[in-house]
Amino acid sequence: MNMQQAIKMTAAETALVDAYTAQIGDLPGDGAVLSLRDTLVHELKTSGLPTRRVEAWHYTDLRTLLRAVPAADPTAFAERVDPLVPGSSVLSVRNGQADIKNVPEQLTVRSYTESLLDGSAAAGLSVLGADDAIGRINGGLVRGGLEIAVAAGVEIEAPVEIQVVQSHGQAHTRFPVSFGAGAKATVIERHLSTNAEQSFVSSVSDVTLAEGADVIWIILQQQGPADTHLGQIRFDLGKDAKLHLFVINAGGKLVRQELHGRATGEGADLTLRGINLLGGESHTDLTFTLSHDVPHTTSSEIIRNVVFDRAKGVFQGKILVAQDAQKTDAKMSCNTLLLSDDADFSAKPELEIFADDVQCGHGATVIDIDHTQLFYLLARGIPENKARAMLVNAFVAEIVEELEDDEDLVESLESVISAWLEKHA
Amino acid sequence: MLEIKNLHARIAEDGTEIIRGLNLTVKAGEVAAIMGPNGSGKSTLSYILSGREDYEVTEGDILYNGESILELDASERAAKGIFLAFQYPVEIPGVATMQFLKVAMNEQRKYRGEDELTTPEFMRRVKEAAAELKIAPEMLRRPLNVGFSGGEKKRAEILQMALLEPKLCVLDETDSGLDIDALKIVADGVNALRSPDRAVVVITHYQRLLNYIVPDTVHVLYKGQVIKSGDKTLAHELEANGYAEIIEAAA
Repeated sequence: MNMQQAIKMTAAETALVDAYTAQIGDLPGDGAVLSLRDTLVHELKTSGLPTRRVEAWHYTDLRTLLRAVPAADPTAFAERVDPLVPGSSVLSVRNGQADIKNVPEQLTVRSYTESLLDGSAAAGLSVLGADDAIGRINGGLVRGGLEIAVAAGVEIEAPVEIQVVQSHGQAHTRFPVSFGAGAKATVIERHLSTNAEQSFVSSVSDVTLAEGADVIWIILQQQGPADTHLGQIRFDLGKDAKLHLFVINAGGKLVRQELHGRATGEGADLTLRGINLLGGESHTDLTFTLSHDVPHTTSSEIIRNVVFDRAKGVFQGKILVAQDAQKTDAKMSCNTLLLSDDADFSAKPELEIFADDVQCGHGATVIDIDHTQLFYLLARGIPENKARAMLVNAFVAEIVEELEDDEDLVESLESVISAWLEKHA
Repeated sequence: MLEIKNLHARIAEDGTEIIRGLNLTVKAGEVAAIMGPNGSGKSTLSYILSGREDYEVTEGDILYNGESILELDASERAAKGIFLAFQYPVEIPGVATMQFLKVAMNEQRKYRGEDELTTPEFMRRVKEAAAELKIAPEMLRRPLNVGFSGGEKKRAEILQMALLEPKLCVLDETDSGLDIDALKIVADGVNALRSPDRAVVVITHYQRLLNYIVPDTVHVLYKGQVIKSGDKTLAHELEANGYAEIIEAAA
């Protein structure tokens, strides 16, 4: 069957293609970038958005779930907000446009629009595979973002907040970020909406850690209740590089956040922690792949989900261990607290191991509030609703506390969580 | 203060009857020891007093200051002044000990229509009480009961008791897992709380704890009933002769 004739475009597909067509001549890029954009949008047009028949999208049928895409509004305006952690350096991107004022001295920052215009962005614009719908949409439509470099040996004390603020319409942003050998930093990639109007956001971060770099990267997604958020982070961990990747989903109507990494240097270590706070009628998908390419690399993944109302959540986690990646140590777990009969969570942990001397494990659990813990709190005079809220909070706060070296960060994340729970519980 | 009348109770899940016609009266100012062999219903009694929902009362009543508490849930009973020191204090990762103490104290105050404590006042009270019980500040910075040794957990229970100032304290096997030094600290903590308007029910398997917390009355529990009551000499008798004689005499 000829796919090109089989597809009748949905409203959302049409809107995305129209958004591209409307901006032709206006989207930044040199010849190579523009031709790549053309290819990506053509693929979108011919194969459409992924459906449940595409394995990577089985639990998030984007074609069905994405009902509408708001038109881009070049006049949209969004205010920057206070940083998550007081004292952070803020680099803001508002409605897709980067603002490169107030750049801290230790960083080299360039507008990603420049890289599109001079063509240096072309290589990074390619998709990760045929099922990379986020890479495709973003590559076709991206207008802005930030290219950030932290030089070798530089240690940045205060967190760097990449603040991506959206009011309505569309924004497609990109963040290539490189950390030189031995660099040390905390980056907060924060996506938020300033109002309840509909937004459609795609964002791709492309992060490289050179030898011995030590990075905490937080992705905090706080989009509005009507918003679609398609996020992706690609990361490459060099020799002895250490990445603590922490994802919190606390907003949005339709959300897919992908995390795709490779451990390419011996001694590389990934700690992934994810918290999905889900409520209302939202659909949130966290999809993770990590490829242990070389021997002696380690990773540990813990995902905690709290699901209220009629919300649906998905976690797909896949760890690949290459044939010569002996002595890999990887542990993945996904624990879900379902707090309503209509709440739903699908977990799909996968291991693909080609080496024979490795330590790998995974587990997924769905749990209820622990009755012994609940009774203990009640027996101290704490009313049941409050006691339950404390236990739900504790279930996720436990993994935030692992960031204990940075008290301000822990406190800020805990307040995001408790504010969300207060609103939804 | 506490009157248990012909109490019958069973495990809600499978209907196993544990308490079978228990009668007990404890007056204000009194320290009552409940002793009994394993499986006699001692811990169940403590759970039923504090309102654990895993148990159902099928007959009889529990009066606290003259009023039935059967319709009150665990948090209401606690706010009215009933405190259970757990045999196995529960670890709650993710809940900070200080936060827990503050919420518990203030929720009880709210229930009773009292003003919440200010943070400095709260801190002052915790510091004072912790020092009495030789509880290090580091311990209070940890998540609730997480990583506490057996002795630390029991001391933390007594700390909670001191801070919450209950009227009826139920100590469930508080001596289990304690070495002699820890036992003395815990007993001192309990003795410090003895007062004419407060009653203490000490549930224990062994007489050892009663050397340090000297009871006014001793009650022997067997198969869900009090089969013998007496003064502190009864505890010594049990220590010397075991339960068999008394059980036989009651049969």
